[in-house]
Amino acid sequence: MTGKPQGRRDGAYPAMTPWLFLLPYLLLTAVFFLYPFANSVWLAFHQTNGPQSAVFVGWSNFAFVLADPDFHKALINTTIYTVVSIFVQLPLSLGLALLLNSGASRMRNAFRLIIFSPHLVGQIFVGILFAVVFTPRYGLFNQGLEALIGWGLEERWLANPTLVMPALIIVSLWMYVGFNMIYFLAALQSVDKALIEAAGIDGANPWQLFRNVILPQIKPVAVFVVVMSTIGSYQLFELPYSLLQGFGPNNSGLTLVGYLYTTAFDSGDLGTGAAIGWLLALIIFAISTLQIRMTKAMES
Amino acid sequence: MSPMQLTLIALAGLYLVLRFVYPRRSDVAAVYARYLCLSLAAFLVLCPFLWLICAAFKDKDVLMQHTFLPPLSEWSIETLNLANFRALFSGEQTVQGTVYFWEYVVNTLFLSCTTTSVNLFFASLGGYTLAKYEFRGRKAIMAFMVGSMMFPAMLFLAPVYRLIYNFGWMDSYLALIVPGACSVFGMFLFRQAMISVPNSLLESARMDGAGEFNIYMKIAMPLVRPMTGAFCLITFLGSWNNFIGPQIFLQTQGKLPLSVILNQYIGVYSQEYGIFLAGTLLAIIPPAILFFALQKEFVAGMTSGAVKG
Repeated sequence: MTGKPQGRRDGAYPAMTPWLFLLPYLLLTAVFFLYPFANSVWLAFHQTNGPQSAVFVGWSNFAFVLADPDFHKALINTTIYTVVSIFVQLPLSLGLALLLNSGASRMRNAFRLIIFSPHLVGQIFVGILFAVVFTPRYGLFNQGLEALIGWGLEERWLANPTLVMPALIIVSLWMYVGFNMIYFLAALQSVDKALIEAAGIDGANPWQLFRNVILPQIKPVAVFVVVMSTIGSYQLFELPYSLLQGFGPNNSGLTLVGYLYTTAFDSGDLGTGAAIGWLLALIIFAISTLQIRMTKAMES
Repeated sequence: MSPMQLTLIALAGLYLVLRFVYPRRSDVAAVYARYLCLSLAAFLVLCPFLWLICAAFKDKDVLMQHTFLPPLSEWSIETLNLANFRALFSGEQTVQGTVYFWEYVVNTLFLSCTTTSVNLFFASLGGYTLAKYEFRGRKAIMAFMVGSMMFPAMLFLAPVYRLIYNFGWMDSYLALIVPGACSVFGMFLFRQAMISVPNSLLESARMDGAGEFNIYMKIAMPLVRPMTGAFCLITFLGSWNNFIGPQIFLQTQGKLPLSVILNQYIGVYSQEYGIFLAGTLLAIIPPAILFFALQKEFVAGMTSGAVKG
């Protein structure tokens, strides 16, 4: 065992190394996660006017928000949007994934790429584009609808309170159907091929094959996608904000985060903004816990 | 009947014809129906993009006259030209002096590239540490990371705004780059990739006297190149499309990124939407180029957590 020292023969490393490497994460988390986290609790119980002044007000921020008709409007709009996302968008995503999964692989990649592509464009740019696509008489959507069913050329989608949510949902379908399809397709491609062949030999029809063989195997991914789209849908903000250049007539396109944004930054009331943030977090927790519980209950 | 209705009826009719012509081979009609559905979906997805491209190049005199492009016989420099782009790049007077559109492009590129590089370094270093070092507290840190991901980002909007204000970072790019400089999602992504790096490789490097940082940089990082590509693309897209951060923190017109400025343009150019559509087209080209270059890695990175985990 002679010769010059050649590093550490036992393959050991200095005990401090992992901590040193994690230091950026730990510092950033302390300053930009833990402190704001505690501060958001503190803020929710204070009345603020801009970033500097603060007066303790107890639960009155929460009381104000819960009684505010704008909050009710935002909650209803966001919930409608989320329910439609789950019951319309996800079945479409799964349907397209099933169609893609059975095709030839070269065609599959081309279609996958095209159908996914809207998701590359940020919500804000999609909103800007569709603000013009929905123009009465001249917009692509109005002209397309006129050619298809002979109705809708003059419809003012973004100025008519009853049509704002349908317009928002149509845009979100365009943007997210392909995104969720990618998850379903990845899950379908990992389904055991031998089981599908066995079911085919046993004479299962396509619906039985889907219901009894494919669905149980893609269920973990399906639950993941449902929970992720719920969380994402409840945080919708940029798409309606640019599409409607605000929140639409009579706040018909106001979402929970839009309500938070306008309270905290247009009115400068950061305390109420923090209270809305906590209500939003509670809603998201409650719903995603419920969804996970429900899938577990259905299994047993 | 409009031409579009006739086309759709003809396409559906062809399915019935196929069923009739090949009564014993139902798969012929099924394959046709499958590709018909997929093609319709692809058509619906591509339509707004095509429309955007056409609108950006149409002169404002013919913008309203044709859904897509004017008929070939009317093509000329009067109908199809770069007037929208010229107007876009001609510069605008603001309280802070003339600002040119290319400055917004540069701002957005700078912000996206900086955010991506800083995140790549911190997240991969963190992911490597969590995958390859045994130390007390590692499990606790990972449990904490999972917990922290459960809180919606919007909860932190108001308190982080106060923090940035007190730091004196208002109207500074620091406010956009530093708070998100080490993504927890990225650390998990890199941890998962780094686990497959063989320990024997790292140990033999140690015995040869390599420093810990060099082992990470020179041995581990080159082995996870696909994940690096995926992570960079996801981070770049997130930063490029970020709106709420710059909208809240930046004030000087000349510092704004494309997302904020194009949203303003809807109001500014409400009568000449060809101009901001040209800008929107330019704003979606860089992400599209990156995506097509890295699309295999992107899909793998996006779905890795969902399918394996």
